[in-house]
Amino acid sequence: MSTPTAAGVSVMDVSALCVLVDVLRDRGYAVIGPTVRDGAIVLDELDSAERLPFGWGVTLDAGTYRLRRRDDGAAFGHAAGPQSWKSYVHPARERLWSRDGDGPVVAADETPRRPYAFLGVRPCDLRALGILDRVLGQGRHPDQGYARRRDGVFIVAVECIEPGRTCFCGSMGSGPAAEEGYDLALTELLDGSGSVSSSPGTPTYLIRSGSPAGTDVLAELPATPADAELVAHARDAVDAAAERMGRSLPADGLRELMVENRESPHWDDVAARCVTCGNCTMVCPTCFCTTTEDVTDLTGEHAERWRRWDSCFDLDFSYIHGGSVRMSGASRYRQWITHKLSTWHDQFGSTGCVGCGRCIAWCPVGIDITEEVAMLRAGSPDERTTAGDGAEGPR
Amino acid sequence: MTDTSARRLPTLAVWKFTSCDGCQLTLLDCEDELLPLAGQVRIAHFLEASRESLPGPYDVSLVEGSVSTPDEIDRLKRIREVSGVLVAIGACATAGGIQALRNFADVDEFRSVVYARPEYVQTLDRSTPASAHVRVDFELRGCPIDKRQLLEVLTAYLVGRKPNIPRHSVCFECKARGTTCVMVAHGTPCLGPVTQAGCGAICPAYSRGCFGCFGPVAVDGAPAANVTGLVERLRALRMADDDIVRALRTFNSAAPEFSDAVPDGPSGRTR
Repeated sequence: MSTPTAAGVSVMDVSALCVLVDVLRDRGYAVIGPTVRDGAIVLDELDSAERLPFGWGVTLDAGTYRLRRRDDGAAFGHAAGPQSWKSYVHPARERLWSRDGDGPVVAADETPRRPYAFLGVRPCDLRALGILDRVLGQGRHPDQGYARRRDGVFIVAVECIEPGRTCFCGSMGSGPAAEEGYDLALTELLDGSGSVSSSPGTPTYLIRSGSPAGTDVLAELPATPADAELVAHARDAVDAAAERMGRSLPADGLRELMVENRESPHWDDVAARCVTCGNCTMVCPTCFCTTTEDVTDLTGEHAERWRRWDSCFDLDFSYIHGGSVRMSGASRYRQWITHKLSTWHDQFGSTGCVGCGRCIAWCPVGIDITEEVAMLRAGSPDERTTAGDGAEGPR
Repeated sequence: MTDTSARRLPTLAVWKFTSCDGCQLTLLDCEDELLPLAGQVRIAHFLEASRESLPGPYDVSLVEGSVSTPDEIDRLKRIREVSGVLVAIGACATAGGIQALRNFADVDEFRSVVYARPEYVQTLDRSTPASAHVRVDFELRGCPIDKRQLLEVLTAYLVGRKPNIPRHSVCFECKARGTTCVMVAHGTPCLGPVTQAGCGAICPAYSRGCFGCFGPVAVDGAPAANVTGLVERLRALRMADDDIVRALRTFNSAAPEFSDAVPDGPSGRTR
């Protein structure tokens, strides 16, 4: 990791975020970013920076996510929301083609749409987009729909200085610093440093460009060159975040661990808790599996082919002639975690996990991938701590 | 395509057993698709729509309601004999319905308390799904069933393909429509993780937990849905066993995955 030179880094105050959103919208982007809705910080199209979740944070644990008020004005003081950017570049449902009678096959809707600008992409999610690019956007048969949506996406990354309790990007080497794959990168400072107008709790932003498009946008923002001391201060804050990860998943020998434990009795232990609902795969920013469905109207004259997210936890996912291959919950959980942490390397040359912690927080029964790996390493299912610590009572 | 006026249209019959009629009304609720449907099938018996009843046999029979009287057993068997394809529709026909709460209690006791002349009431001590008595070709879940799913089953039959009726959890539908998980984010008890999709995840979209109207996720030959795993989590969230049992004892109370999930529950009874 190279420390950015002060010459390449600017500083701006919180009002500049409004300018940033306006500039992006003026350039024709649909700006997607975090906002508060339904008791969570979700992703949505933003018409103004005012919709960012200023002053909101989250408390995370296995199976638990709670929105909370912060005692500062942070816009990016949160982690592991219920969606990932996957929802935009690889949507849950997509029509591939349609056909009327004996007429021509009409490909999916290719009418031009506004390109996306993603505001607030965490380093773990930057890595996830890079993984999706490799899986869906490259290779011999790139996914055309993915390529169309992904092409020209403007990415504003935000580095992490306050990891959540379910975060472990430090273990996966995907954060908390933004290294590549962004147009602009922000570091949000909340300690009052960096600006004469800022008091503690009012955010100040360091901003740097990672692409010509980023440089172009940055030129329109009310930002001034940052001095080296402030840049070093921000760098220290990000580095310190690496030491404060809520969880860890040591990468050493992980790939082999999964292969060696194919017949571990631990899978039955997981299966006793896992309800095979599939949430982990849907919130995962890299799980990409889909299935296709052909639909017809009542006359059979109009036919459409749709693609939708599928999951290795769905029994029909492994359905072949005669039945489903992976019937037990144990085999389905094993498939998911083994692919994610081990066979993904064989297939795509990297791990499939970026350490965002969503599968931990959004598992309704609180199964924790880092804990399951630790138990596999220990070789014993008996040392499990009870899931659900920190959960609130029923309402 | 064949000219519809020249070919014999498949006949459709709709039968009611112990039920509220809500599922068969879903057929009338099809509105925009009702006329196109009438152009593809001959509706031969559907008393909610017409008093006209054509004699069988019928290509497709939709069976609504549970079996809860001795007479219904015989009637269901006769319907099976005159039906090509028999589709059980709704929680009553697929799991016994809410009236299967009797399965956990003493029907004679109910009868004596509720009716002035209990000897006039002929009833079975259990409410059971159609599949307990006859071969069922397809089960369409829900209380009530979903109109899009009903049309999908009929459409698939008409063109000779497999219906796209997913056999996964309601969570798939919440995630697809971008609904924040009410259990994880609000601490609201929700049966969605073990309940079969199909409704479009209506309740969580209104910040309610799933009531389990579509019954436990179940596939023939596969291990039962791990409802016990969800019960353990609800207990960890400090939900009382009594409340957990009540949550599981609604429209699909007699589905074994739901009825057996809390074997020693205070309200539970050995059947």
